[in-house]
Amino acid sequence: MNPSHSIYRGLKRAGIDFATSVPCVNLQELLDLVGNDPKIIHVPVTREEEGVGLCAGAWMAGRRPALLMQNSGLGNCINALTSLDILYGIPLLMIISHRGGRGEPMVGQVPMGRLTVPLLDAIQIPHISPTCAEAEDAVIDTWHRAEDDQKPAAILLDLDFWRRA
Amino acid sequence: MKRIDAIALAADTAQAEGALLISNIGFPSRELYAAKDRALNFYMLGSMGLASSIGLGLALGLAQGLPARRAIVLDGDGSVLMNLGTLATIAHYAPENYLLVILDNCCYGSTGSQPTCTHLGTDLAALALAAGIKFVRKVDDLDDLPLALTGQGVVVAKVEADNASVPVIDLSPEEIIERFMRSIRLAGTS
Repeated sequence: MNPSHSIYRGLKRAGIDFATSVPCVNLQELLDLVGNDPKIIHVPVTREEEGVGLCAGAWMAGRRPALLMQNSGLGNCINALTSLDILYGIPLLMIISHRGGRGEPMVGQVPMGRLTVPLLDAIQIPHISPTCAEAEDAVIDTWHRAEDDQKPAAILLDLDFWRRA
Repeated sequence: MKRIDAIALAADTAQAEGALLISNIGFPSRELYAAKDRALNFYMLGSMGLASSIGLGLALGLAQGLPARRAIVLDGDGSVLMNLGTLATIAHYAPENYLLVILDNCCYGSTGSQPTCTHLGTDLAALALAAGIKFVRKVDDLDDLPLALTGQGVVVAKVEADNASVPVIDLSPEEIIERFMRSIRLAGTS
């Protein structure tokens, strides 16, 4: 099973039609799929926080937004996730490549790799780390959770997820 | 020109054409609320730096269904300096129904008027052009603002540093977004 395709199928079945992104090497195939989909408005942004702002506006315009990013950018958008999305009750699907865990070759990824889950817990953003087999349904469930709770909800895709191609 | 006068002019323009107005955190939102409160105003109460991005998401999200409806953002120099990447994103992705109005008072007016780098000479209009934005206008005089507000892209308006004496906004975030989204939906079906 192809991990990028399972996430993409989940996005499509969840009705995601607006996406912003900051790239990660593990997201490159998924970004191509999203970028080439005429039914998804895709805006690559310069920083994760900018993406949170764009997605909030798109939601208010009637779209279903997703932010595709690496976990190293989580700190760049904590204020926007809380004082924009959580403050106003704006849902957001976060698709996060979770670097810095078991098997991580880049030492610079390790600090945020360890802190990603505690940071999400601290700001009360629910998260799930699915296997490749679970990913498609997990994306749909996570979007519905974001809509029901009126706040962001995250999918964390660790190194094991991408290895199970 | 006084910022609240520029904001009132923008509110008149928005009201006349049914445009969305997205206003920056702090005194700009308070001045807009005092000058002309409308359901189609989105008052940003947190997330400093993101008014331009929220407006861009609105403009892009609406562009396919409602090409005529514009999103006009009332932003500040300090906020744009905090999110300078937004200028590059606007340059390459902003649709025709997007206008970013930077009310440049050369300071952080809501926190004690500490000077920003525009006070030292940083030229936001030149930065917008260098980022690739095709439509960039500078306005120093209130009389020139109405015409500039009819366009797309970026307007940089030099304003005085003073804040008007206006109260805080007595709407909750839930009220602000609920009536804003309801008005967008109603306008979309009319």
